[in-house]
Amino acid sequence: MKTEQQYIDLFTQYEDLICRKSVPVLNALRAQAFADFERLGFPSLKGEDYKYTDVEKAFAPDYGININRLNIPVNPYDVFHCDVPNLSTSLYFVVNDSFYDKELPKAHLPVGVYAGSLCRFASEYPEIAARYYGKLAQTSANGVVALNTMLAQDGFVVYVPKHTVVERPIQLVNIFRSDVDTMANRRILFIVEENAEARLLVCDHSIDDVKFFSNQVIEIFAGANARADYYDLEESSVSTTRFSNLFVRLEAHSSVVVNGVTLTNGLTRNNYFVSLEGEGADLSLCGMSVLDKEQQLDTYSLVHHKVPHCTCNELFKNILNDRAIGAFSGRILVEQGADKTEAYQTNRNLCATRECRMYSKPQLEIYADDVKCSHGMSTGQLDENALFYMQSRGISRDEARMLLSVAFTSDVIEHVRLEALKDRLHKLVEKRFRGELAKCAGCRICK
Amino acid sequence: MLEIKNLHANVNGKEILKGINLSVKAGEVHAIMGPNGSGKSTLSSVLVGNPAFEVTEGEVTFNGKNLLELSPEDRSREGLFLSFQYPVEIPGVSMVNFMRAAVNEHRKYNGLPPVSATEFLKLMREKRAIVELDNKLASRSVNEGFSGGEKKRNEIFQMAMLEPKLSILDETDSGLDIDALRIVASGVNKLKTANNATIVITHYQRLLDYIKPDIVHVLYKGRIVKTAGPELALELEEKGYDWIKKEMGDL
Repeated sequence: MKTEQQYIDLFTQYEDLICRKSVPVLNALRAQAFADFERLGFPSLKGEDYKYTDVEKAFAPDYGININRLNIPVNPYDVFHCDVPNLSTSLYFVVNDSFYDKELPKAHLPVGVYAGSLCRFASEYPEIAARYYGKLAQTSANGVVALNTMLAQDGFVVYVPKHTVVERPIQLVNIFRSDVDTMANRRILFIVEENAEARLLVCDHSIDDVKFFSNQVIEIFAGANARADYYDLEESSVSTTRFSNLFVRLEAHSSVVVNGVTLTNGLTRNNYFVSLEGEGADLSLCGMSVLDKEQQLDTYSLVHHKVPHCTCNELFKNILNDRAIGAFSGRILVEQGADKTEAYQTNRNLCATRECRMYSKPQLEIYADDVKCSHGMSTGQLDENALFYMQSRGISRDEARMLLSVAFTSDVIEHVRLEALKDRLHKLVEKRFRGELAKCAGCRICK
Repeated sequence: MLEIKNLHANVNGKEILKGINLSVKAGEVHAIMGPNGSGKSTLSSVLVGNPAFEVTEGEVTFNGKNLLELSPEDRSREGLFLSFQYPVEIPGVSMVNFMRAAVNEHRKYNGLPPVSATEFLKLMREKRAIVELDNKLASRSVNEGFSGGEKKRNEIFQMAMLEPKLSILDETDSGLDIDALRIVASGVNKLKTANNATIVITHYQRLLDYIKPDIVHVLYKGRIVKTAGPELALELEEKGYDWIKKEMGDL
């Protein structure tokens, strides 16, 4: 319990301060979270689900946590240059784990829609916040989620009430800015109620070269007939570690897209927990990564079909180079009685070197009788015939490799339901392969 | 333009080409015929530098350059083109991106700036017309879901885009119905000038009704055993290959 101890000590010593600098809705869950964290600790390498990510080691360094909510002297508009231009969004920032409220987007949102600080939302609308906050992200089953819940003091929330459509995509840029090694316990609540519709794009950037750790918990609620899209673009830095626990709950006939793109990172663990709770719900869960040097990405997903007539399309692709390590563990669980379920899971990977490693474990667990399900996995190299065909047209081998690599990931991006973002992502991935993305192309500071 | 001298080549350690000699000049159309397994496709593969084939002896010069020393992409940039017998499907790479990459690499090799977007689309449109290739096909992924005939038309379309000095058509007629054959052949004929040359590899006389060869060669057991005018193709059509085999003492 050595690694856990520093967090236990921190909480015991500063519980008052943590609570004082936050709000009751968030504070209400701390004691239970603390008890759960003490009991569970971090998941061990010995367990099947964390075989390829050493959680203890990741949490071991002495990161600074800004529990005093000191102001970070940074203007995100100065340091951030969006990699997704020509995409008109309502843009918000979170610096480390604090919502940046000094300059808010001018375009106003439809009546009743809230986008902004979780703290402020929870003090203005405590009942709504309490109805959703921590309801999916149970602390009793996951030590990392418990730690986040115990320490999180602010976050970002998008709340879209019934029958409301938010046309303009909402964009949140997470920025890491610090002179010392820093941990942020980030929280996102994305609530799209009955018959409502919204899209949220989250981009991660790390500005400085110090070590960063994002322990983040995302809860997505899609009410009946709702449409919710969550896009996640990770362009942090090689010294950034991220543990993301993302929870989705889908009510009847709702349609949700979750799509994660990792272009630059250090060590990332993405957990997706999806629960299909209402008949006719539809989920698209996709992700792609371009990993090289020592980058690591470990993806875990659990899609739980509880009721009949739901569909789920799961597609994850990784391209690995140098000494990169990738892991995929996907589980689709179809409960007894969840008939007419359609669930498909695919994981495809390209390994460009002998030194990179990819571990994949696709799983289907079906207790219903009448379902259509499939799962498949492949790990291999680029098609030599295609490479030669392109060379025979005068295209250099490197360029041919690049075109084929971009093509390999393109179907993941095709699942994006936002044309402008789709185009940008295609270009961004191409730039990534050409080596034109520095460790953080979004920052002026790096240039 | 092309000089092949005593070319020997292996695939998987087995000798397939056993001393090919061939000379092609600008403005000429050569037909290479021969029974199955005689080495026709091996010859085309070796010329474009397919790494599965190993040249063990002989030399090939193309416009004065040692062809065998060039990478496959440089052979293309020097003006060599192969219309594949089995064009490769490349899911996810659009025809537009594929052709633009190819055209621009050719231009770069020749010291020219990249072609502008509008110019490029205009070029695509013009060349597409030559083989009556549908716009829809041009906007799809390379060869993905194309029918056999569409794939072959697409090969000739690429040939039109790249304007090679020497084109090798490897069984371009296989899998084509009469209409597609006519379109493909007329495309090839439209692209013919006094400065370029074509090698047509085929089993049958049929294609040669449309693309008139100046010289016909018979390839048998890895060697060119007969060379004559277009009348040789007709003779082969009529008599089959057995008389050649007999002449070689194999029957």
